Amino acid sequence: MNLALPVLVPALPALGAAATLAAGKKAPGLARPLAIVPVAASAVLALVVALQLGTGQALDAATRLTPTGGPDIALAVHLDGYSSLISVLVGLVATCVQVYSTAYLKEDPRYPSYAALVSLFTAAMFLVVYSGDLIVLLVGWEVMGICSYFLIGHHWETADARSASLKAFLVTKLGDVPFLFGIFMLGADAHSFRIQDVLAAATDGKLGHPTLIALLLLAGVAGKSAQFPLHTWLPDAMAGPTPVSALIHAATMVAAGIYLVARLLPVFLLSGAALVVLAVMAAVTMIGSALCALAQDDLKRVLAYSTVGQLGYMAGALASGDREASVFHLVSHGAFKALLFLAAGVVIHAAHTNSISAMSRIPGLRKRVPDAYWTMGIGLVALIGLPPFSGFFSKDAVLSAAEHAANGEAMTNGLGPASAVPQAAGWIVLVSAALTALLTAAYATRLFLLAFHSPAGAAAVAPEVVAPAAADRATVVADHEAGAPYSPELDEADPATAEPHAMRWPLWVLAVPTMTFGIAGVRSDWLPALLDGGSLRPSGVTAVTSTGLAVAGALLAYGAWRSATARLGAGRPAPAPVGRVPEQAGAPAVEVIVADPGRTLLGPLFGPARHGFGVDRLYTALFVRPVIAAARLVRFLDREVVEGYVQGSGIGANLLGRAVRLAQTGNVQTYLSALLAGVVLLTVLVAV
Amino acid sequence: MHLAYPVVLAALLFSVGVYGVLARRNAVLVLISVELMLNAVNLNLVAFDAWLRDSLHAGQALTLFTITIAAAEIGLGLAIVLLLFRARGTADIDRATALGDPAETLAEEAPAGAGALKGQATA
Repeated sequence: MNLALPVLVPALPALGAAATLAAGKKAPGLARPLAIVPVAASAVLALVVALQLGTGQALDAATRLTPTGGPDIALAVHLDGYSSLISVLVGLVATCVQVYSTAYLKEDPRYPSYAALVSLFTAAMFLVVYSGDLIVLLVGWEVMGICSYFLIGHHWETADARSASLKAFLVTKLGDVPFLFGIFMLGADAHSFRIQDVLAAATDGKLGHPTLIALLLLAGVAGKSAQFPLHTWLPDAMAGPTPVSALIHAATMVAAGIYLVARLLPVFLLSGAALVVLAVMAAVTMIGSALCALAQDDLKRVLAYSTVGQLGYMAGALASGDREASVFHLVSHGAFKALLFLAAGVVIHAAHTNSISAMSRIPGLRKRVPDAYWTMGIGLVALIGLPPFSGFFSKDAVLSAAEHAANGEAMTNGLGPASAVPQAAGWIVLVSAALTALLTAAYATRLFLLAFHSPAGAAAVAPEVVAPAAADRATVVADHEAGAPYSPELDEADPATAEPHAMRWPLWVLAVPTMTFGIAGVRSDWLPALLDGGSLRPSGVTAVTSTGLAVAGALLAYGAWRSATARLGAGRPAPAPVGRVPEQAGAPAVEVIVADPGRTLLGPLFGPARHGFGVDRLYTALFVRPVIAAARLVRFLDREVVEGYVQGSGIGANLLGRAVRLAQTGNVQTYLSALLAGVVLLTVLVAV
Repeated sequence: MHLAYPVVLAALLFSVGVYGVLARRNAVLVLISVELMLNAVNLNLVAFDAWLRDSLHAGQALTLFTITIAAAEIGLGLAIVLLLFRARGTADIDRATALGDPAETLAEEAPAGAGALKGQATA
């Protein structure tokens, strides 16, 4: 196989990024083709590489990049089924996002830099996927981090975007420091940074401290993939443009952490403790984020918390020792979550608000964005996990992996003994995943019903109501529920053309894998043959249970919504004036108008869940304030103590000079007297 | 003659000279006191030369040498005093402190110097 192809895949978008930046302002007409063509070309190349490689093959090639004195750093390529699958996903989503962005950011003056960063990001993700060397992988990993920082802060005019980008950067770096040490320890123990050497060392039992290494690596994974203690950056990252959320914070970057664990799973299998930690992390993340998603008012934040939860599923599958199920869910989630975010972008453009409670007051929203309405419905059904959509198969693969692990027969597919996975990890994942399936169905149903099917929206009577005037935008944007976390986005789109073609067909392109990709896991010689050769077929008990739970969750949310709506209808004489509220400007009494099933379902938990259970506040109290206090202390020490010494030396010399100057009276006789005194003193000293 | 007499005389002369140098205010009298000290030294030189019976009479030779130097020195000194008197109208050595470094005047001079520099720069 020609090695130039896999090398070109990451190289093309990187060159495209440089070209986009260079062309940038000089040739604005070139920015769009330069953004789309390299990414699309490398997507095609990724597909070609995957086809050439075929199933069940692995290819390794390396050239020494630099000697380090210790283990060498090699420019290594590792291709196998996993890298094929994920690179195709990355290429597909990145191309869709680039096409979509041309319309979404049409009026944006900083579009070239945005497109260049997206291309660079894509290149970095390809690098991570193809890299066969941990250090090279780390390079891609960090480039993604910095691209994410810039892209979240794309609208740096707003304070929210600035602080969110900083938060994302700091939190992920916080995880990356232990991650770096984990890589160093792996390299030191295996005497190589090549992944295949590391894995060989792991199977031979040459790793000295597998638990420590696994835990250090997990810190980086938690940061990148937004798992429990370090998940707080992802919901705030929604301050970036919506396509960025689709590409980075749903389909690819957050998946990098999962992919890394999948690649290094034999190392993790050496340590039962690390797997249990991973399972607990995944369980807390899943349930917590699902509860948070049920209470959010910001459409994008609902999806963000949902991403966090679905990443929890993948981490749970890894904790159960089944990387096949994890990557299966990664790919299907990547497709449907990118779809959901892109559809959400269309809806946000049309509604001019992120707030679903505000959307529920906009009449006829679903008629204005029919494609987004349908594709969002498809994506949400896939997210809930109803057959035959992809989410059902992949979620069920995770559940059955957890079930096997709980029974002590984990499906490690030859990477290690089944006994390597503690049964406790399987149980934790199984129970929390089942509970999360219920909650996921509830919040997805709530989102869909509130945004598109509210009574106000159904009572779309007046056609002039359909297009809110631009003058109203300020009031509509400020219309979200008071006190709810909200990541507003500056958007300049004309609501009349909320769905241009470039924003429409990526939705349907992504809807295809969302609907059909799950079938790939049914036959063992299809998708599993490409991966480790295990089974991804839905197993009876878990399939029935998860579907039942999903249906139950959806019905629960529907029932709560019905009763809340009924109560609302009883409290108000007619829904029609409700529909007019956004048009009447001013500040409507939001709490009364919106029939939020989340409020009914969560009860007293609603308030804490809306604010992410106060994790941010806890971190503020635990870390931010002490750090600020320490910074103040350092400033005090610098200003008052260190600078005091510097100035003190100057003042001291000055004072000394004044004292010496007193002797310089100009009177010769004084000098002579002093001279005589000195002579006498010396004489006496010498004589005595 | 016993050595003690000239030596004591020289010591007295020297002490008178020291007192004059340190205490008199008139510059001319200070110069005279300096001469007294020099001559005390000369007396010592001659006395020791005689007492030691030096065949080369180095002491006497040195004395002549000192007298010559002293004559030149007093001439120079008187000229300076004369110029001082002409410039200041007084020969009071207590008031001739222009070469001193008093603190207050320096603080006032510094900005003036800076101003002059600035003036040069603009010129």
